[in-house]
This record gives sequence, C-alpha cells and structure tokens, in this order.
Amino acid sequence: YLERNGIVGISGVDTRKLVRHIRSKGVMNAVISSEELDEETLVKKAQGWDDMEGLELAGEVTRTEPETIHSDGPFKVAAFDYGIKQSIVDNLVKRGCTLRIFPAKGDFKEELKKWNPDGFFFSNGPGDPNATGKYALDVVKYAISTGKPVFGICLGHQLMALAEGIPAKKMFVGHRGANQPVKNMDTGLVEITTQNHGFAVDEDAIDESKVEITHINLNDQTIEGLRFKNFPGMSVQYHPEASPGPHDSRYLFDRFMDMIKEGTQIKQMKHISAD
Amino acid sequence: MPRRDDIHKILIIGSGPIVIGQACEFDYSGSQACRSLKDDGYEVVLINSNPATIMTDPMMADSIYLKPLTEESIKEIVEKEHPDAVLPTMGGQTGLNLARNLQQEGYWKEHDIQIIGVDIAAVDITEDRQQFRDLMDKIDIPQCRSRAAESVLEAKEITEELGGLPIVIRPSFTMGGAGGGIVWNEDEFERKVMRGLEMSPVHRVLIEESIFGWKEYELELLRDENDNVVIICTVENIDPMGVHTGDSVTVAPSQTLTDKQFQMLRDAAIKMMRSIGTFAGGCNVQFAIEPGSDRYVAIEINPRVSRSSALASKATGYPIAKIATKLACGYNLDELANPITGNTSACFEPSIDYVVVKAPRFNFDKFPNVDEELTTQMKAVGEAMSIGRNFPEALNKAWQSLEIGRAGLGADGYEELDRKAVRERLEKPYWDRMLNIRNAFKLGASVEEIADITKVDPWFLQQIRYMVSLENRTEGQTLQGITKDDFRELKQAGFSDQQISWMLSQSNGKVSEDEVRERRKELGLKPSFKVVDTCAAEFPAETPYFYSAYEGENESEVSDKKKVLILGSGPNRIGQGIEFDYSCVHAVMAAQEMGYEAIMVNCNPETVSTDFDIADKLYFEPVFWERVLDIYEYEQPEGVILQVGGQTALKLGKRFVDAGIKIFGTEFEMINFAEDRGSFSEFLEKLDIPFPQYGTASDVKGAVEIANRIGYPVLIRPSYVLGGQGMRIAVKEEELKFYTERVMATHPENAFLIDKFLEDAVEVDVDAVYDGEDLHISGIMQHIEPAGVHSGDSTAVLPSYSLSDAVLEKIREYQERIAENMGIQGFLNVQYAVKDEKVYVLEANPRSTRTIPFLAKATGRSEAQIAVKVMLGAKLKDFSKKELTSTLTRWAVKEPIFPFDKFPEVKKELGPEMKSTGETIYFMDDFNDEHFKKPFEFKSLYLSK
Repeated sequence: YLERNGIVGISGVDTRKLVRHIRSKGVMNAVISSEELDEETLVKKAQGWDDMEGLELAGEVTRTEPETIHSDGPFKVAAFDYGIKQSIVDNLVKRGCTLRIFPAKGDFKEELKKWNPDGFFFSNGPGDPNATGKYALDVVKYAISTGKPVFGICLGHQLMALAEGIPAKKMFVGHRGANQPVKNMDTGLVEITTQNHGFAVDEDAIDESKVEITHINLNDQTIEGLRFKNFPGMSVQYHPEASPGPHDSRYLFDRFMDMIKEGTQIKQMKHISAD
Repeated sequence: MPRRDDIHKILIIGSGPIVIGQACEFDYSGSQACRSLKDDGYEVVLINSNPATIMTDPMMADSIYLKPLTEESIKEIVEKEHPDAVLPTMGGQTGLNLARNLQQEGYWKEHDIQIIGVDIAAVDITEDRQQFRDLMDKIDIPQCRSRAAESVLEAKEITEELGGLPIVIRPSFTMGGAGGGIVWNEDEFERKVMRGLEMSPVHRVLIEESIFGWKEYELELLRDENDNVVIICTVENIDPMGVHTGDSVTVAPSQTLTDKQFQMLRDAAIKMMRSIGTFAGGCNVQFAIEPGSDRYVAIEINPRVSRSSALASKATGYPIAKIATKLACGYNLDELANPITGNTSACFEPSIDYVVVKAPRFNFDKFPNVDEELTTQMKAVGEAMSIGRNFPEALNKAWQSLEIGRAGLGADGYEELDRKAVRERLEKPYWDRMLNIRNAFKLGASVEEIADITKVDPWFLQQIRYMVSLENRTEGQTLQGITKDDFRELKQAGFSDQQISWMLSQSNGKVSEDEVRERRKELGLKPSFKVVDTCAAEFPAETPYFYSAYEGENESEVSDKKKVLILGSGPNRIGQGIEFDYSCVHAVMAAQEMGYEAIMVNCNPETVSTDFDIADKLYFEPVFWERVLDIYEYEQPEGVILQVGGQTALKLGKRFVDAGIKIFGTEFEMINFAEDRGSFSEFLEKLDIPFPQYGTASDVKGAVEIANRIGYPVLIRPSYVLGGQGMRIAVKEEELKFYTERVMATHPENAFLIDKFLEDAVEVDVDAVYDGEDLHISGIMQHIEPAGVHSGDSTAVLPSYSLSDAVLEKIREYQERIAENMGIQGFLNVQYAVKDEKVYVLEANPRSTRTIPFLAKATGRSEAQIAVKVMLGAKLKDFSKKELTSTLTRWAVKEPIFPFDKFPEVKKELGPEMKSTGETIYFMDDFNDEHFKKPFEFKSLYLSK
C-alpha cells in the first residue's frame, strides 16, 4: 500500500530510546535516510538545517487559491489555511457553515468585505507562529476589527494571542499524541485531547485585560485555550477536530456556532430596529 | 472535590475464597484499596474469609475480621465498629451481592452508613438485562436483540422471534456467567434453559440473538464525581464472541480497530458510564463489532473493579483499584497525580508502546469427562500475561508463561501435525486454538481458510503465519550458519532458545538449548529491559516495572545493593494459587527487612506480587528458565529463592544448581530428594520413622507385583506431582491395571510409586521452620476427612482436636528429626497419617505450602517471613518472643471450596487429586459449631478413588 502510494514509512525504531533522548535534551532536528548511511555525515546534515525557532512553514503547506465549500446551512465562515485539517472543514460544514477557505498569504480584505462572513476561523499549521505572524497578523487583526466571532485552533490560537500582543514561546518538548488531558476552567471537566505543537502561548505574558485562560494542560499547566475579552473570540491550542483522537472537545465547534448564531441574531435585531 | 471529611471509618468487603471467575485479582484490588484509604488517613475495617490474601494481613487495615462473608457477619461487625461508609466494589460479585442485600433491607440507611464507589441501583440496572436494555435504548446505544424469559416456554417463543437457533442464554445475577451458554440445537435447548433458570437467584434468563464470531472488546474506565471519564485500557479478544472473555486469549492495546471504530466505542463507553447512576469509581464495558463493518453492540457494563481491571492495571501500569478508591472517597481525577510518573495528571489515558497478551490457564485434566469446549461460561482457573514489543513476541512469551510444558507457541516438538485433527480442533473454540492455528499454518493452510473456520481476525492470523515463516526459514539451517540478523529476528519474535534448538535440530542433527544460548551470547544478542510507564516514555517514570525485549536501550539500572531474586508462582491453577503468591509477597518483605533488594519475577496479572510497588524491582516475565536466567545474569543477585513460588519455581531448581547459582535455604538436592519418594522412604527407614509400605514400578506388571506384596488398597502416584496430579487409590488389581495402563499410554517414561493406603487413618499436616538448631512449629493441623483426600481438599482444624499427647509428641519429634537430617533451612511441611496411635510419615515438602497463609492468619504470626528470614541467614533465637507466639485461643478451621457448580457434567468426588480452587478460614469456640459438625458428619461421603 505504501509503495503503491509512494509514501515513506519507517519501522523497527526503539521509540522509547528516542523519546527518552528528546525528553531529556529537548526538541531537535532529526534526519532519516535510506541512502546516506554514514552517521557523522547525517548528523552534520541535520545540524546544518534551520532551527524550528524562526521557521515559517505555513506558507509552504497552504493552498494557492481560495476555495468555497458549500453547506446546507445559512452561515458563512472565512477560514484561513495554514495547513488546515480536513476534519476541521468537515466539522464546520456539518454544522451548517459554508466555508470560503483562503491561502495563508495574500490580501483578501476587499473580498472579505464584500462577502461579509458571519465568522472567522484561523487554522492549525506548522512552524513558528512568530514567523508566520509577520504576514498573517494583518488579516487576524482585520477579523478582530469586524466584531464577528473568531475561532482559532493551534497555530491559529497562537496568532490570535499574538494579535493581542501576547507572545508565543518555543517549548522544551512539545505536546504530542492523543491522550493529553486538558481541563476546561469554565466547567471543571477534563477533556482528553489530541495535540501536536512545539510552541505555546507564554503563560507569563498573559494580559488579563485582554484574555482569559479557559483551558490548561493538566500535565504541565500550560495554556491550552483562551477567551478574548475585546472581541468575540476563542481559541484552543489542541485539536478539537481530532481525527485520529478522542471526540471529547467537539463541543467547541458547537460553541463557535452559538457565537455565530448570537452574532447573526444581533444583526437581525439591529436590522429590525433600524426598520 | 477533594478528600471527603464527612467520613472517617470505612468498611471494605472482600471477595472470600477463590472460585472460578473470582480469583486473586480481588486480593490485588482489595489490598490496593486498603493501602490507598490508609494513606489518606481513613480508618479501615475489613471483612474477608480468605486467609490466603495479603489484604487480610495486619498492616493492611485497622481492624480485620476473618469471618464468613454473610449478612450476619457484616451486621456483627457494623454494630461493633460503627463505620461511616462501606466500599463493596473491591470484593467482586460476592461483595456487591452482600451490599445489595443489606441495602434492600434498608440496613445501611438505618445505620447511617454510606455506600461509596458504587451505586447499587446502577448495579441492579446493569445486572438485570432487561433494565440494562431499556437504559441502552434510551441513550441510543445499539445492542443485540434479546428478551428475558422466566420459563422454558417463554424462552421458546423468544427464540422464534429472534429467528431461531443459535441463541445465547444469560442467567441474571450469576457470577462469571455461571449457568450461561450458547444453544446450538433443539436437543440441548430445554436442558440449558432450565439450568440457567435454576442457577439465576431470581430465576430469570435472557434469550439473546447470537453474535457468535463477532470481534469482542473491553474498555476499562474510571469516572469521578465531576463526571470526568477516562479510558485506561482497551482490550481486544482474539477469540471472537462466543467465548467468555476470561477464557479468551486477549491483547492490549486493541490491534485491529481503525481510529474511527475505536472512537465510536470510546464515545459509547463514556455515554454508558455516565448513564448509570452517579458513583465515582471503576467500570468495565464490553462491545462486539461485526467483522467487516462498523456495526457494534454493547454487551455489558460492570460498574465495579473486576478481573479485567486487574489485567488492565498490569497491562498499562495504571493502578486502577488504587485510583478508583481515591475517587470513591471524594477526589476528582484532575486532583490526583499519576502514581507512575509522580508529577503528571492521573486524569489521562495511558499510551502503551508494547503489546500485552493474556492467555487463560485451564485445568481440565483435573476433571475427567468435563466438556472442554469454551463457551460464555468461564472455565479457566487462572491466567498468564506477557509483554513484548510486538504481538509475536508477546504471544510466544504467553505460551512460555502458561507452564504447560511448552517453550512457546509450538516449535518445541510436542505437535502432532495431522491435517484432519487440526481442522477438527479448530472448528470449535478450545484452549489450544492459537497453537492449532500455528499448526494449521505449518500444514500450509491459508489465512482465509483459518479465518473462515475460526472467525479470528486475519491480522492475528497474519502475525502467526509470520511466526511460522520464521520457523520454516530456521529449520533448514545450522546453529553456526544462522546470521545475526536472522537470529535477532527470531528473538524479537519471542522464540525461546529451546524452540530455536528444536527448529535447528530438524535437519542437521541435535542442537541443545544451552548451545543455542551460548551462540546467541557470542553474537551479542541479549535482551534489554524496558519500563512499563503508562506514557510511552513521554515523562520520566518512578516505577521499577520491567519487561524484556530484543531491542535497543536497556532501561533497568542495576544497583550495587545486595540482591535476591524471588521466583513467583506463575498462573493460578488448582493446587497452586493465591497461597503461593501470599508467600512470595512475604518473601519480598522479609528480604527487604534483611537488607536485600528484592527482585520479583512473575507473570500472573491477578496477583499482589506483580504490583509495581511491592518488590524493589518487578520483572513481568515468564517464570521460564531462559527468561529467568537472563534476568539473573543481568542483575547478578546473591542468589535465588525458589521455595515460595510453588512447583513453578522449584521445577527450575536443578537448572540453577547445574548453572552453579546459589539457592537460598535448604540445599536443592534435599528438596529434590524429598520429591523422590523412593529415596525419601529409605531416608525415613534410616531415621527409624514409620511410613506406609511402598514400592516403585516402571510398568504395569511391576505395579501389580508391588500391590500384591503390600496389600490393597494402594495409592498410586506418578513420579513428580503437585496438587496430587494423577494420583489415584485402587482397591483391586483391575483398577490398578486400568489406571497404570492409562498413564503409561501418555507418559511411557513415568515411574509409579505404589503406597500402601492407610484406610481410615487420620491425616495431620504440619508446617515448621528449622534453622539448623531450633525448630519452630507453625502449626499442627488435623484433617477431618480421612487420609486419602488430598490435603488441599480437606477440612483442617488447628490445633488438632483428637490426637493424644503421645501422638503429638511423636509428631514433633519426627518433624525435628527430619528437619535436622535433611539439613532444612527454612520451610518444612510434613504430612502424617495416624492410625491406631501410630504415626506414619506420608511426605515432606521443604518449601512454602498452601497452608502457610492459613497458619499465619490463625496464629497471628508472619510464618512466611519467619521462614524466609531463616533462609537468608536469620536464627530463630533472634526473633522476639512475640513474633513466635501464637494468638490463637480456640480453633481455626480451613474449609475448601470446590468448582463443581461450573462443571455440571462432573460428579463431586474427592480423592488424592486436588480439586478445590480456594479456601476460607473460620474461627470456632467449640465442636458444636456447624463448621465442624457438618464436615465431620460427611467426612467420608465423597471419598472416591
């Protein structure tokens, strides 16, 4: 199957040794090769590569053209693709959102103004949020300025925090896997989540006038979710769309829908009162 | 919510004697619960009638009542102790049923006692299948179609509705599925339904559509008061639906589910648990999935700690019973730390970076005429668990752990490969199904063919086919010719050196196991030891819980302390169960007190000895020569202790001696010599100690000659026995011939010992400790049943009730004489027969016995620890008087428990072959007590041959 589809696979790795190494030394570049087998050469190669810190990768995995995915529902959501997961798209479409998905780079403000979405979504994606933020913050700030609901996952979460002046930092080791416990500070309930990130919003730089911490990781108490005080926004560091992974956090999509519905209701009410 | 302060004193109900379906896993959970509550500062009151449990040890609870598990006993205790709460979930079905009965009576409420850890109303729903169905319907969880019947007629109607046979019968409120089963044809319909109705205490059975052949899964869950739910482990049954999960070979984590399917089950399990009551604690949910589709049904939910939770705890390292107990007394999951890592949250789902296989252990050999087909009613008496980096490795290790004389999954010379026989055997589920799948591949069968017959998922079959392909590749090779990479691949697939030696011996002459080992080490192939840490190495773990693998880095650090290796007793079976694990745990404690680092090797997931915080280091490995020697060579302990692990450990004795490894305590030659009845009798003769007339024979003719010489009745025993395996009494020549011929047919190399059977003699069982100078008598127990009934099956009274002072004096004298002349260091058990005031020695066992825990509980002395300390060099005179003084004022009675209700086709009869699965302890004041009078009245009733 892998051969047929041209997919690289690897097996027979002492995963424990590998994890123990990273656990004590921190994240690092790695090299896998079936061609060059001289260890020293390979290590040099890995060392020569850029560090993840400062690396802009979202631009490499994003789509090139905007795309619309229709649904039966009445809502319009503008989604920004920094490496968006299909399951996120599915979860939003299933809930009645027609999505207009935009590439990471480019100026779509005019189109956005015209299309007038009911909400904005900022996706997950690889790389250093500070690097991606250099070009992406512009549109994030635009979204915030519209007063419409904004939802961010993973890299999107970090970008939203950055837009509010809260920096992200590189973690010693990232959070990976499908068994990360996250506590919802609103309900006190714990969600088992899928995570895959090496940067995190800096908990020491939280500005309480701008955000409220809604979720924390139970293993290391790092920030996993934020509610924004100056605009209707929320974001999570983990993957509520998890696929593979547990479905405990799917309610966040429902909540986003509630925010959108609330927003459109207000709009309708304003409309009525204006009449 | 943090720890509850409104309760202070908690009553724990134990599970009582070991029976099929309810074994020492409840000692494991009960002792974790006790320790957990005590850690939190609660006062613990405990009731359990099973003396062979660690949970009934003095340090486990504040007040311990070794009393029958009845409502009366509980009331008596409650009235004396006034607990604030009762925790019934650690005592299996027994504990729950008691709590439920008292609840119905309104007893708990009346005494202002809260039930914690379970919601009785929830249990009632889950155990009453109709109510369970209704609830599942309400929350949209799919199930098999079924309906409850209270008569055979009703059962017939329902069967018609369901589209006819096969159907499944499930009686309400029975343990281990007792009385249940599949009905395949009309002939057995009425009989099986009737039996189910009779066995159910409410006389109701569920008639259910058959989902025979579907894939079966179990999920272990924990829930706290806040309604947080986590899945600790998912176990997949390799045997598809139709076989009780206790009888199935199972694997963790699940191997053949897609993420979508798994999440579907996970979501359903969480929904189910949240739907039943509001209790905080452990829970087990079972599902079936139709092969090739995503259709699933919920089978059952058990809102308590179970056998599967013990397995899940050992498989993941996550101590379910301990955490469940903390949840029961108020803590929330997110307030607790994962005890394995120490600083990450207990509210998470373990990741497993290895494969666990559980294989059940059966004892059909004990019950002639028993139906060996596996059904929905559990028949296994124990289980072994194994851990490997991949499925083949774990599967081979499981077969090394079972102690059925195998060196792995086949490839060890015991197989008769007959196409027809293998096919027939595969058509129904039997205990040796995995082995026959291997045989089928060996005979060239395809995955499709085997999947079609057995319904086992093709993935497992492909794995076994891969194992067979390695066998086939190796068979043509020579030891020197086999490359290092190929050799490593064999070891990574779990093949033992013994299996490899057999493969290599197939073509180019005999190769011994030792030669294989030597060559393997020459090539630098040694196992490394990996940690079980719940998190796939993501966080540093604090637990010394290891398994071996032929891969990469070794995570076990050898300390510079002096060490002792203690061999465990392997899977439970009749004749060797929890009593030996009790001694193992005490051996660990004794060794630690003597300044040793205690290293435990065992493979029984139900036990306390395999709890990661008992020994200083735990190797969860088969008690199998190669595996044990690997650990020995790596750890370099001062020596090994074999005398606490029953026959499992002792069987390896000779190999330790040959390898020049120190065995603590009595010289192994002496242990061995005591097993050889011939030389032992000569020894007794020299010491002027009487014993029954005997002779040894290597054939039928010889046996008859001896019997004629010493006179009938005679006791026949094959040479190497434990639990009386294969022993019989013959009253005439015909019987003697019949039996010896039968044994010779299967074991032609066996010798027989023919003893004069002392009819109507009184049997006396004596345990003692000897240190080379002094003798400490642990207890003199007099049996109620006459000699001829296996000591494990008889009712024993401590101290003796009808022996004269002269006889007792003689017994003490013989015990000391034997101890001195055998050079005993530690345990010495001697069994005597007393007839006409004359004392005969029947056998001597210089090791820990089944009766040690009973004696410890009866006398209040740590008998096992005394003996193990002596083995490690302590002297009896150095013990304090208190340590050696018995607290027993009247009599203690040991009562056996039998599994005959599980094998309806087997007649209840007792003889020299042990059949009981467990025992209880009972303290009595006088001989008018029913517990004495009854067995006394029936003492000879069941004696057979």
